[in-house]
Amino acid sequence: MDKKLGVYICGGCSIGDSLDLDKVSEVATKEYKVEICKTHPFLCGKEGAQLIAKDIEDGVNTVVIAACSPRAQQEIFSYDSGVVLERVNLREHVVWSHTPQDENTQMLAEDYLRMGLAKAQKVFPAEPYQEAIDKTILVVGGGISGMTSAVEAAKAGYEVCLVEKSPSLGGWMSKLYKQYPKHPPYQQLEDTGIEAKIKEVEGNPRIKVFTGAEIEKTSGAPGMFDVLVKQNGNQTSLRIGSIIQATGFRPYEANNLDHLGFGKYPDVITNFQMEELAQQGKIKRPSDGKEVESVAFIQCAGQRDENHLPYCSSFCCLTSLKQALYVTEKNTDASVYILYKDIRTPAQYEDFYKRVQEEQAVFFTKGEVEGISEGGGCLTVEVEDTLLGEKIGINADLVVLAVGIVPNSMPEEAKKATAEAESSGEKCEEAAERAADSGFYASPALQLKYRQGPELPTLKYGFPDSHFICFPYETRRTGIYSTGCVRQPEDSATCIDDATGAALKAIQCVEQSSKGMAVHPRTWDQTYPDLFMQRCTQCKRCTEECPFGMYDEDEKFNPLPNPTRCRRCAICMGSCPERIISFKDYSVDIISSMLKAVEVPEEDEEKPRVIAFLCENDAYPALDVAGINRLTYNPYVRVIPVRCLGSINIVWIADALSKGIDGIIMIGCNYGDDYQCHFIKGSELANYRMEKVQETLQRLVLESERIEVWQLSISEYDKLPKIFDDFLETIERVGPNPYKDF
Amino acid sequence: MGNVESINSPNSILVVGGGISGITAAVEAAEVGYEVILLEKSPYLGGRVARMNQYFPKLCAPYCGLEINFRRIKTNPRIKVFTLAEIENISGKEGDYDVTVKLTPRMVNDNCTACGKCVEVCPVERLNDLNYGMDKTKAIYAPNPLSFPTNYVIDTEVCTGAECSKCVSVCPYEAIDLSMTTESVHMKVGSVVMATGWKPYDATKLDNLGYGKYPNVITNVMMERMAATDGPTQGKIVRPSDGKEVKSIAFVQCAGSRDVNHLPYCSAVCCLGSLKQVTYIQEKNPDAKVFLFYIDIRATGYLEDFYRKVQGYENLSLIKGKVAKIKEDPQTKDLTVEAEDVAQGKKVSEPVEMVVLATGLVPSIADIKIAADITYDDYGFIASQPPGIYAAGCSKRPADVSNSVMDATGAALKAIQSVVAGGQNG
Repeated sequence: MDKKLGVYICGGCSIGDSLDLDKVSEVATKEYKVEICKTHPFLCGKEGAQLIAKDIEDGVNTVVIAACSPRAQQEIFSYDSGVVLERVNLREHVVWSHTPQDENTQMLAEDYLRMGLAKAQKVFPAEPYQEAIDKTILVVGGGISGMTSAVEAAKAGYEVCLVEKSPSLGGWMSKLYKQYPKHPPYQQLEDTGIEAKIKEVEGNPRIKVFTGAEIEKTSGAPGMFDVLVKQNGNQTSLRIGSIIQATGFRPYEANNLDHLGFGKYPDVITNFQMEELAQQGKIKRPSDGKEVESVAFIQCAGQRDENHLPYCSSFCCLTSLKQALYVTEKNTDASVYILYKDIRTPAQYEDFYKRVQEEQAVFFTKGEVEGISEGGGCLTVEVEDTLLGEKIGINADLVVLAVGIVPNSMPEEAKKATAEAESSGEKCEEAAERAADSGFYASPALQLKYRQGPELPTLKYGFPDSHFICFPYETRRTGIYSTGCVRQPEDSATCIDDATGAALKAIQCVEQSSKGMAVHPRTWDQTYPDLFMQRCTQCKRCTEECPFGMYDEDEKFNPLPNPTRCRRCAICMGSCPERIISFKDYSVDIISSMLKAVEVPEEDEEKPRVIAFLCENDAYPALDVAGINRLTYNPYVRVIPVRCLGSINIVWIADALSKGIDGIIMIGCNYGDDYQCHFIKGSELANYRMEKVQETLQRLVLESERIEVWQLSISEYDKLPKIFDDFLETIERVGPNPYKDF
Repeated sequence: MGNVESINSPNSILVVGGGISGITAAVEAAEVGYEVILLEKSPYLGGRVARMNQYFPKLCAPYCGLEINFRRIKTNPRIKVFTLAEIENISGKEGDYDVTVKLTPRMVNDNCTACGKCVEVCPVERLNDLNYGMDKTKAIYAPNPLSFPTNYVIDTEVCTGAECSKCVSVCPYEAIDLSMTTESVHMKVGSVVMATGWKPYDATKLDNLGYGKYPNVITNVMMERMAATDGPTQGKIVRPSDGKEVKSIAFVQCAGSRDVNHLPYCSAVCCLGSLKQVTYIQEKNPDAKVFLFYIDIRATGYLEDFYRKVQGYENLSLIKGKVAKIKEDPQTKDLTVEAEDVAQGKKVSEPVEMVVLATGLVPSIADIKIAADITYDDYGFIASQPPGIYAAGCSKRPADVSNSVMDATGAALKAIQSVVAGGQNG
């Protein structure tokens, strides 16, 4: 493609009043020899927009618009995919935040145009990745979540394969006697309805069910997964578009709760065992078959306890309320005691709580269970009643432990580490967290043949949740979505909503992939990484550092990219020491060219230059807001937006310093436990890499203070001016870059 | 923005409500490949979350996720957004709905560049509803620097109109048009997602708690604005009566919720909301004593981690007990919170400088009259709907952001199924 550039400079919104636009234009016409360079007082108006449209008709294929922030007027300045667009932010980042008609403001504007031109010359239109995309959805797990995902995807017209490990569908729901009310007025126990759901699945011609089956191997990528299913000793090969993991939970191991008498006394059972008892008619205690007259429920049997399950399992309060009614409905003379920390019946479930509270034979005691003993033909639960401030003993024929749930995705190693921690006196929670990505699984679900391990990466406690509040379905393996209790503890009503959403995400992934487009968050992006393999040194950094496991590896450690797994964060591009990874619109060379386009004044002019790499989703908009609020800051800073701090290649640091740039500041999103980086690891990796760079600087007798890395939220726009000004003060203190005049 | 004439498609999905649930339903459906119309009543998208300072449990900024969603909207030609748009009528059936939408005039057209010159000359002020009336804006204003759409808007209730016209003369871009009038537009769509969200319970109904009478009794939603850098106090937590930095504060949980005289249900988010606001105090007023009165702390799932973290804050006293009354010293405007401390088995009376009422969620849809086969529960939440119309988020039950997003994603699929079936689904 021959580049034909058009440069359009807007004079509106004070840009024309603050800058000498003739001089700005000369950057394009004289320095960059651009033939078409036009200035307009209101570029986003009809006339301005037509001016650009006309030139595109006449052959301009690369448009540089020097006006407001690229975040503004996006609908107006949007062109066919064959036209390259580069926006130069003269409004928010220049005239709204710097002194008008000032030499330094003028220099800033001119530099931004140079940088925009340097970039525009090297950006080319995307050529979408085109492969045959299969749109079949694979659902792993045939409980309520998996069956819901399967039915909902099929109803939207997609073919579904459903793989269930056990011989029949239904999961835990099929083991329940009744379910607590899910509909207004939330008073009556309901049938689980699971039989109807199983029939719906089995009767749907679009759903192929494999029961008694497991996944033996999953290779490939979204739109082109090859899945090997093992069933009755036979293997079936499936071509799959995207995957929903709905492999559910197992009850917490009650044998760990010996302080509550489980395993010691036969009449101490779990809430799951209570369902079996209720199915058999009258509730009789296991020891001697006597019909129970008193039942004590112990809530949080392991949950909310750092030595067992630190989290809350969400539905055990409601389950015990329901089981209390099993007892009172089957034996009107029986009494029930519910021993709890907090009763958690969110939203309209409060109505059901109220209904059970109205039962005369159900007693609620807020307290800590201290122990349990047997004698006189019944069990006695010792409770420290926190409301009355006294110890009480509750006699019961049967004690039900409301145990919590453990996701089936729990890495095995976490368990091992937890046990080790217990013996060494360390906090189990910390050990579990440390070992979360260990790569060993007690119940493998997917058996991925990925370079980065066989299952979805999990958070602490073993849930493969997204850890994003706004985007709960994001996982670190593109095209694989977790849903239901494997993702977070949730009740069956929530599982149904959740599984429907997961089905949409799975469908969306195959549709986006078929257009060569990325999935969340860069859903408009049709580029993908291109590797210049002749220069690859097999250093494995890209294959190790991609947060989404995009690369596989051959036996010689060459990276094998899977474009439909790619989320276009460019963290691999940042990691590559040979600089062989590029996108059509984002590459090491493109940003290097922008850096080199900055004019660096001679040392005696005393005008330092600083490059600021800003995360384009958070820090960059925050700087826009600083401009909108007319906050001012040092005009020696030159901003370059990056997709993620993790995409910063350290060669840019070298390029900038050798060019005479005095300092480099990088501002990205929070990392650590509550990471906000939308590419999971990007800002953390950047910080780690820059620590290494600072060591290198010291060896080159350059001050490590010349590089700073910050974490900033989009709402902290008020902090940016001070961050910049303080950094410039630091630079002034350490003095000019000694390489400046070379 | 939307082009009204082009909407006549049984294959399109109408999303009512532009909060986090509506935005999610719209974007998720459009990224599968469907045409979506997104209606929002206020002049900006984001709804309640756009007015939150931070989300629990990560204490991150709502605009971070909104920025991603806005970019998804701006780059997706399949989504048409109408703000200041309210639904007037829906008729028809799955695959074939006729919808009438009322568009309130913005008085500012798409020429607006958000340069702000109009604000400088506008002589009229109004209470800032985005900040729950705690400060003022001009009659022409931008809701928030990060809001979308970015166009300014005129509050026609206070604008003196053509006789003033100062903004019209100063605008270099002919963006202000005071002759705009209310329009009624018709659309044909295949299915509908109701994501009409919630509003805070009217705290003045809680007589014993003094809201509306005592200036230093505020609500949880007001606290969010107070803690926000772009809020009425620039992020400082101060007493409304005298602007003094707060040294002691009480949170009153279930202010209306779980109360048969007010909202019998649990509002599901207020426990975590208050625990989060305790962290605001911890960060901004680290010496302040904090008292939190509760019935049960409902931190479900791994939100328990956040509860545990906040429990570790040494200036926080958690008191299990329902607050009976709040009194004010008319001189100092200091407050006394009276409650039954059930753990101690005695009445407590705690003097504090400010009180935050954790008021509950009320479904906004309860106010809207829609002639469609939707049934509501006793509280006004959507209980069931005909095929073709799907409730999402807080229109059907109180829920936090993450669960609302999940639910809205599911609703998007249901809406797609209705379009695929072309009315043959139900």
